Amino acid sequence: MVGWSHPIHHRISFEERYQTAIMSTPTQTDERMKQASPFIKLLRRPEFGAFLGAIAIYALFTSVDTTGNFGNLSGMAGWTDIAAPIGIVGIAVSLLMIAGEFDLSSGVMVGTTGLIIGMLVTNVGLGIWPAIGIAFAFAACVGLLNGYMVVRTKLPSFIVTLATFFILKGANMAFTMMVTGSVRVTGTDQASGFQSAYNLFATDFGSQGFQITLIWWIAITIIATWVLTRTRFGNWTFASGGDANAARNAGVPVNRTKIMLFVYTSMSSALVGTMFVLRLKGMQAGQGVGQEFYYIIAAAVGGTLLTGGAGSAIGASIGAAIMGMAYIGIPYALWNSDWTSTFLGLILFSAVFINTYIGRRARGGSK
Amino acid sequence: MSTAALELVNVGKQFGSVIALREMTVKVDPGAITCILGDNGAGKSTLIKILSGVHKPSSGRFLMEGQEVDFSSPRDAMAAGIATVFQDLATIPLMSVWRNFFLGNELQKGVGPFKWLDVKRMKAVTKDQLLQMGIDLRDTNQPIGTLSGGERQAVAIARAVHFGAKVLILDEPTSALGVRQSGVVLKYVLAAKERGVSVVFITHNPHHAALVGDRFYLLNRGRLANTYERETLHLEELTKAMAGGAELEALKHEIGR
Repeated sequence: MVGWSHPIHHRISFEERYQTAIMSTPTQTDERMKQASPFIKLLRRPEFGAFLGAIAIYALFTSVDTTGNFGNLSGMAGWTDIAAPIGIVGIAVSLLMIAGEFDLSSGVMVGTTGLIIGMLVTNVGLGIWPAIGIAFAFAACVGLLNGYMVVRTKLPSFIVTLATFFILKGANMAFTMMVTGSVRVTGTDQASGFQSAYNLFATDFGSQGFQITLIWWIAITIIATWVLTRTRFGNWTFASGGDANAARNAGVPVNRTKIMLFVYTSMSSALVGTMFVLRLKGMQAGQGVGQEFYYIIAAAVGGTLLTGGAGSAIGASIGAAIMGMAYIGIPYALWNSDWTSTFLGLILFSAVFINTYIGRRARGGSK
Repeated sequence: MSTAALELVNVGKQFGSVIALREMTVKVDPGAITCILGDNGAGKSTLIKILSGVHKPSSGRFLMEGQEVDFSSPRDAMAAGIATVFQDLATIPLMSVWRNFFLGNELQKGVGPFKWLDVKRMKAVTKDQLLQMGIDLRDTNQPIGTLSGGERQAVAIARAVHFGAKVLILDEPTSALGVRQSGVVLKYVLAAKERGVSVVFITHNPHHAALVGDRFYLLNRGRLANTYERETLHLEELTKAMAGGAELEALKHEIGR
């Protein structure tokens, strides 16, 4: 019996409880909490590692450059031309990844929307603007369907959008063959309204030949950063990917947030598809396939967590810039450009490794 | 006698052929702390899920301030002023303290469709509200995952109180915590009561319950086993009942020490 019965009946008085509890509720700071220095706070930023990496890669390609052009404006016009379309979709993919989902159909959608525009103007005879409108509407529907299927079936978005990817890849080829009898659509520059659309989406500016896509890219980076960090929708994006259950308990419409991000991602692809079909004045049936990985690389190199809950828009843009520099820098250095993908693979691994390592150190432990 | 903040009258809950709760009559007094105690499988989680609107009772009546209610979702319960702080599902680790505090209730400014977060005000309110609950954070910008488990629970409690919860349901808030951290959380439970909130405190720790509770319901195998009032509570009795009473004696005998 010893140990379970107390010699004196322990009656808990009201006063006693209040003395132990509420009276001793003075504010307390935990003396064990370290004050984070501004430098540590900077290291904690997810895109910081990518930023350092971009500087290092810029320095590398400037030093091995054989043309003397990499570091100047014309070199910049070159690598931003590659980076801009990757960045435009990469930002959307990054936001979607922050919300905890993938979109593997984001690459093929560039081709699909470009082909839709091409076929609508050359084979149906629509003006370029209505064709662009229809392409965007189609992309929005596919995004809606991707998102709806993911939240309703609760299947991994990796699988759902992989299915969408293959469905569209096949349809792109089959439809193009059926309608044009070849694997490409051409002659979009004959459409009415072509010039005005070209001026908005595909023209260049300045004597160095900067592409207008650069302006779009910068504008989207700024807007997406603002939305992500300074609006309720951005807050919900982080919450949906951070912990969907906790977010739901707090009243966040997690499903709606995710669906909207799927729609946004598809429409980003449509924007890039529009840019390509106007610039190239046509579209290959296989265009865009494989690009989805470039978008994911841009997001991951930029510090977006693959498991969701953390990341940034500017990080994805830095990741896209690194890719652009590699694509221009390698031939400028007279290296064999067959190795470009290998180089990007190494960059991806080291960036994510270093980001994770720095992040863990900066947070001071295991979390 | 004042009307109960929440009241269950003869409530039962069945899942298929499993009877999770039967003849449960529970009264949550306004501005008091009502403790629900019980071992695993006693029906505690089914009971809170009914109170927080996750499940509907199969039989019996559910009253809020004397009016019969019929919640079809946690959202309904939340709108009526019942806030539930779930043990692990309360906060988002990678988001900052102030973002967690205002999640789902963000303060905005701006015009028409162009609205943005009023970050400055949210940070100030978060700091102020946490201070009132007795938590002083240097930086509400730090990810909430960097806080201790007790502090995270405290933020979740402060959030519920700030957003006008009349009834606060706490699901095992101390079960994953050490002694010191549990003490911290218990203080915030009392602080919430001081601010006029009715608290339902679910726990399997009789010592924690006894420190703060006003009334104690002991559940066993889906039934109400016993009810104690603060004035007549013997901690020893409660502890013994919780530990299994006679079953424990039998176990002691069996082990033979």
